[in-house]
Amino acid sequence: MEQNIVDKIKVNPDYQELVKKRTAFSIKLTIAMLVVYFGFILTIAFDPAALAVPISEDSVTTIGIPIGMAVIVFAFILTGIYTKRANGEFDDLANKIKESIKDS
Amino acid sequence: MLNRIFLFLILGSIAVFASGTIEGEIQKQALNIPAIVMFVIFVGATLGITYWAAKRTKSAKDFYTAGGGITGFQNGMAIAGDYMSAASFLGISGLVYLKGYDGLIYSIGFLVGWPLILFIIAEPLRNLGKYTFADVASYRLRQTPIRTLAAFGSIATVILYLIAQMVGSGKLIQLLFGLQYEVAVILVGVLMILYVTFGGMLATTWVQIIKAFLLLSGATFMAIAVMAHYDFSFGALFAHATELKGVEIMSPGGLVSDPVSAISLAVALMFGTAGLPHILMRFFTVGNAKEARKSVFFATGFIGYFYILTFIIGFGAIVMVYKNPEYLDLAKQAISGGYPILGGNNMAAIHLSHAVGGDFFLGFISAVAFATILAVVSGLTLAGASAISHDLYASVFKKGQVDGLKEMRVSKIATVVLGIVAIIMGIAFEKQNIAFVVGLAFAIAASANFPVLLLSMYWKRLTTRGAVIGGSLGLATAVLLVILGPIVWVQILGNAEAIFPYKYPALFSVTVAFIGIWFFSVTDKSESAKEEMEAFEAQYIRSQTGIGAEGASEH
Repeated sequence: MEQNIVDKIKVNPDYQELVKKRTAFSIKLTIAMLVVYFGFILTIAFDPAALAVPISEDSVTTIGIPIGMAVIVFAFILTGIYTKRANGEFDDLANKIKESIKDS
Repeated sequence: MLNRIFLFLILGSIAVFASGTIEGEIQKQALNIPAIVMFVIFVGATLGITYWAAKRTKSAKDFYTAGGGITGFQNGMAIAGDYMSAASFLGISGLVYLKGYDGLIYSIGFLVGWPLILFIIAEPLRNLGKYTFADVASYRLRQTPIRTLAAFGSIATVILYLIAQMVGSGKLIQLLFGLQYEVAVILVGVLMILYVTFGGMLATTWVQIIKAFLLLSGATFMAIAVMAHYDFSFGALFAHATELKGVEIMSPGGLVSDPVSAISLAVALMFGTAGLPHILMRFFTVGNAKEARKSVFFATGFIGYFYILTFIIGFGAIVMVYKNPEYLDLAKQAISGGYPILGGNNMAAIHLSHAVGGDFFLGFISAVAFATILAVVSGLTLAGASAISHDLYASVFKKGQVDGLKEMRVSKIATVVLGIVAIIMGIAFEKQNIAFVVGLAFAIAASANFPVLLLSMYWKRLTTRGAVIGGSLGLATAVLLVILGPIVWVQILGNAEAIFPYKYPALFSVTVAFIGIWFFSVTDKSESAKEEMEAFEAQYIRSQTGIGAEGASEH
């Protein structure tokens, strides 16, 4: 990439918006995933008995089972949320930036 | 010429199985016609695809990335096919069978790396790279040292992973057909070499897609069959399972007994997934960042669904296989007591397929498990061969002065060599626990590949010196700690006590890598380090916008 294009994109408000929004969004979702997963794994490490509580009195099923399943579903939902926004809003911004350098 | 080779192979594999069943009778294995028929159909179909793909694989780009024209959905399926290995299917369902809840903990760890790949890695990777992740890591850094390091990280990961797959395949075929372990491993190696050398990424991708479809269908059927026995009540299934194995299978057990092991395993699985060369390579097969994102979305869905199925399958095996005289290994029971099953715990899912669907379904699942192994080893070998041809040969030895066809030829030679290495290692590692060999591959991917890749994308001050020293330290630490740890030092080398007490070294080795990279980058005051930092801006713009990125080739 030539330096003049770099300089031009750098000051493009669309580019700045894209980077700012996407970075914030990625960080938020990453933290959400880390908190949920490490919350789960650290519970297992420090207090495994917490997950061994039965879901009801006469049941052998522990709350650890639905919680574990929920972590899997949560991971999938997060990828859906990111993909939807990035393939719409972020790609639109990226396309606007591409258009802006075509004019020059 | 190609035609004749394929015909020969199809006939050859039939002959091998025919002879295998004779031996099988000696070992008192029932002649499993459905398994053989379905396996031969799969091999025939995939060799057909390979033949089709071979005619379309003309350039290096075709060979490495299938021309870059795979769609997001197809790639998601192929990624799932690449990731749902025999170790996942047999190992995790075997772990659930053995320890219940611990198997779920393990599989969740394997899944949670995927969202992170999407949020952090997929897009810049697609926008900056061409064939291998080393393209990205070396984008603004010095080619020779960075690519050498990345190639070593890739090859180490690939070979370890290959060992796990080969061992799984050998045992599986041995159990199902009574075929000699060595013969089975050689058969897998030869088929994989054919797929990759002739069909490249295109054949590999379609083998993975077909396999993912078959595996998900088969596992779905098994899970439904298990649940149908209990009127689709998890409570009833778990109640029966705990009657047989005790209530402790419903809660966390010994897999992660202390906080350090827990975090270390989590780090290895999360960051390791994002550092697997055969997975990263898949992102270059799609046309743009949009398709790359869709790939991860679909892959995460398929993989997550699959892990839920393996959990049900593991419990299904507890209620239907455990203590079932049909699957009991009497010889082993006479020595060690308990209720060992034929072929060991990793065969729990295979026995369950027989319990729910008889010989026919056992045949189907056996063929699927075998297809799984073939698909995964093909992807691995292609990634390993690319590291050798694209990173080491073309970029390091030839300094980029080589034409694509020559590079492709080297890649094919590397494929054959890796295939032979895989066969030898598969035979040598016959007795190891396959799930933990994969753990080791993840530790190296997390400690050497991932930190360098991540920081090369996002950290302006990263320099060649920092990346090389830090990445090497991470790699060395991971390998050393594994050798000194309980599995190698105690179980394999027979020492009384491990020098490094934890099974999973990633927490330490990843930390060492990041600190090493940071320290040797910030203290790098050389002129080239300054240039590397200045080049960051242009790289970052490309990684964020895709301007200047590799597109799909036209077909």
